[in-house]
Amino acid sequence: MIQLNAHHIWYLIMAAQWTVLLSLLAFAGGALVGLPIALMRVSPSHTLRIVAGGYIQLIQGTPLLILLFLTYFGLGILGYKLAPLVAAGLALTLYAAAFLGEIWRGCIEAVPRTQWEASDCLGLNRFQQYAYVILPQAFRMAIPPTVGFMVQIVKNTSLASVVGFVELARAGQIVNNSTFEPFIIFCIVAAIYFAMCYPLSLASRFLERRANAGRASH
Amino acid sequence: MLYKFDFSFLLEKWPAFLTGAWLTIQLTVLSIALGFVVGTLCAVARVYGGRTLRLLVGGYVELIRNTPLLVQIFIVYFGLSSVGLKLSAETSAVIALVVNMGAYTTEIMRAGIQSIHHTQLEAADCLGLTRLQTILHVVLLPAIERVYPALSSQFVLLMLASSITSQISAEELTAVANNVQSDTYRSFEVYIIVAAIYLALSLLYRLAFKAIGLIIFERRRRLGTAL
Repeated sequence: MIQLNAHHIWYLIMAAQWTVLLSLLAFAGGALVGLPIALMRVSPSHTLRIVAGGYIQLIQGTPLLILLFLTYFGLGILGYKLAPLVAAGLALTLYAAAFLGEIWRGCIEAVPRTQWEASDCLGLNRFQQYAYVILPQAFRMAIPPTVGFMVQIVKNTSLASVVGFVELARAGQIVNNSTFEPFIIFCIVAAIYFAMCYPLSLASRFLERRANAGRASH
Repeated sequence: MLYKFDFSFLLEKWPAFLTGAWLTIQLTVLSIALGFVVGTLCAVARVYGGRTLRLLVGGYVELIRNTPLLVQIFIVYFGLSSVGLKLSAETSAVIALVVNMGAYTTEIMRAGIQSIHHTQLEAADCLGLTRLQTILHVVLLPAIERVYPALSSQFVLLMLASSITSQISAEELTAVANNVQSDTYRSFEVYIIVAAIYLALSLLYRLAFKAIGLIIFERRRRLGTAL
């Protein structure tokens, strides 16, 4: 049996880079899909609203683990042999899009009605209303909850370990297989996750307080 | 597309899925109930406790909310057994889920408790209620009523997250699905069915929590208004 040593810790920290990469991938993908979902949710078209609402219900009612299995095995049998990174990225994208879509819908709806009316009076069309009036305001409100949701994304990348993607959690299992000191190793793994997530949690809380302070002083 | 869907294994395997769903219900109802109690106690400690207690509870909440459930499960199952505390997979799953649920419930309940206006407490004081009576009747019940929607969606999230306990092969729906999958090699079909079952379960839980809410909170039932 090999003693736990500095190389193992270094290996875990290297693996944490993959966690970061996967998180960024999931966030970028989630944002790309989530924004249209949010816009569809507030669209005047009944069909679009139902489609987006159905998507959110579907994803939020299924465990992410099952989504991962579906993308990993599902796309595999459709003839696309996917690298675990792609399958995990896809599942996390679908997952993040549903939650970000719902968060951002709330932010768009929180922009006062009068802003819509005023921009209507100015003769802006719907695209201009969104681009110049509504979204910039919604964006500012969206930052704290979005940063908060990033914590969920980072934590949930740990599930990618089940399809064999070597990120932090999987690296922990690998190190454990050679040293067999699970308590210490998984505590170190948890500590590394904490080091990534806690600053995000703090930032989210700080931004939220600042946003509220701004509102109170007006 | 050359792939042919084949759900014929269902004829033989459907009892396994039913059992899995039932196991998930048992596992999660137990974890939710215990987690709620832990979280409520911690929330009371966090608001009314002394400085040390507040710091301890705060640390617990932050620690749990900023680490993945998967790692928490590994620490309970593999970690504790390596330091001499041997637990079955199911017991470990329940412990990890309760600890996790407790941290989230603490945050939600803290918000509820802090939303109770201080004049309510003064009124309770004037009526001569003891501290325990005040916390129980004047603070906790209305606090639960206020945060009930947030609580019930957290409960549903926990039910979905319980699928992760399959990674230490605790007996529940996802673990059953993994077994069926390795028997039949129809991985895609198996997970589609499991996804549908989870969807049905989360619907069921939502309806159940709504019904429970209507039974517990008289005001909402009789007047149809929130607190």
